[in-house]
Amino acid sequence: MRGQEARDQAERKAAMATLAQSSGDDIVRLWNEAGLPSDAELLRGPETGLVTLRGRIGGGGAPFNVGEATVTRATVRLPTGQVGHCYALGRDKQKARLAAIADALWQDPARRTEVEAGLIAPLRSALTTAHEKRRAETAATKVDFFTMVRGED
Amino acid sequence: MYVAVKGGEAAIANAHSLLADRRRGDRSVPALRLDQIVEQLALGVDRVMSEGSLYDRELAALAIVQARGDMIEAIFLVRAYRTTLPRFGYSKPIDTANMLVERRVSATYKDLPGGQLLGPTFDYTHRLLDPELAAGADVAEPLLRETEAQAMPRVSAILAREGLIEPDGDMPQDHVPGDITREPLEFPMARDIRLQALSRGDEGFLLALGYSTQRGYARNHPFVGEIRIGEVELELDVPELPFAVPLGTVRVTECQMVNQFKGSAKAPPQFTRGYGLVFGQSERKAMAMALCDRALRAKELGEDVVAAAQDEEFVISHSDNVQATGFVEHLKLPHYVDFQAELDLVRRMRAEHDARENPPKGDEKREAAE
Repeated sequence: MRGQEARDQAERKAAMATLAQSSGDDIVRLWNEAGLPSDAELLRGPETGLVTLRGRIGGGGAPFNVGEATVTRATVRLPTGQVGHCYALGRDKQKARLAAIADALWQDPARRTEVEAGLIAPLRSALTTAHEKRRAETAATKVDFFTMVRGED
Repeated sequence: MYVAVKGGEAAIANAHSLLADRRRGDRSVPALRLDQIVEQLALGVDRVMSEGSLYDRELAALAIVQARGDMIEAIFLVRAYRTTLPRFGYSKPIDTANMLVERRVSATYKDLPGGQLLGPTFDYTHRLLDPELAAGADVAEPLLRETEAQAMPRVSAILAREGLIEPDGDMPQDHVPGDITREPLEFPMARDIRLQALSRGDEGFLLALGYSTQRGYARNHPFVGEIRIGEVELELDVPELPFAVPLGTVRVTECQMVNQFKGSAKAPPQFTRGYGLVFGQSERKAMAMALCDRALRAKELGEDVVAAAQDEEFVISHSDNVQATGFVEHLKLPHYVDFQAELDLVRRMRAEHDARENPPKGDEKREAAE
């Protein structure tokens, strides 16, 4: 795979990860603010199904099945031809449809900057802020051990 | 003779509308919203997700309300719902070393990379009921402490450097993870299938069995190597994309139990391990699961099987509370015909018994009288 193609795939995957982790409400709000187009042909879904979550024995050993999670997916085609996909935890069908359209728009070189700046970047920044806050809250509960000095010396 | 009867439709319908009324309770009390349950009864929601074997907070909250807070009934509802959905596939195995950690403690190492993070724990609380909570007092925002993001390797990886602990559990190269939702249980079973059953097993049942191992029934000297709780990313391989598609994050609890082991014909003296991994924040369940996982490895490690917690067929066959409640609770459904048959049988046996014990003595009596 050429370098550019690999970079594009990594960026597209990162955008999909951001969309999957964001709430449907945030996506709808930013979508309207950015004035992104939402007309697209639905090729599949939005439909809800199950994904079986796997862990590893001991954390890093052989895989085993832990249980299921609800996942909603959608596939859309833009009037310009790009096909976009979304798979996201939960049962939010509107979110899946919009995220699939966002994925399709992202693949259109003429639209990518608009999608990144108007939708993905603000969502990512909100997620990062939330993660940093969570990390700092957890860090405040870190145990600082100290040694009691006993005796004269 | 038994005559078949029909009936009860009206009674059943009225019972269900009475259930709906009692579930709602006093109408002057505001109705619960699902988001209140998700936010404020979060660990109950986690238990329903874990034992219902379905990660979906809102559905678990709905199940809790619908079941009036009866957890096993809620778990039953979630299990039933699961069967109505198609399956998209199996996720890539989650990587707990890359967790956004919300709690992480080790009872074996004080100073471990990443440190001891207590997180939102009940530990060290005084277990005194809080009247301020009852009065609905405002709650302060949590404190923050700015730190660099630190790598938090699993404790098992630290111990492994010395070679004194067994590695993470491996299966043969070509082993496909078993799935108890697709294939019936068969004994003996591989460890991966046991872990799937334990992960959705009843917390109370596993807790009692884990406790029994501590009290001496299959003692294996456990230490909590590590408990970690937090969010991990989930990915799924799909044919339409050239990369694994990210699905979002799920919160899980992982427990690495480290157990003393004096060695046997099959394995040298070393620390052995039990593993627990469950949905949500459920560390009691993860610990109990890890204790049971280790106890159930008795045969693999060449230990004598002497206690209930080591008996795979006993533990796994009875760990599912939906199966258990189904079989126990079916006893209250009409068994009129079965019981009629039993009644006839007992009457006949009683008559034969009476005839044996008290043979007719009419002739003797008459003789004595004469």
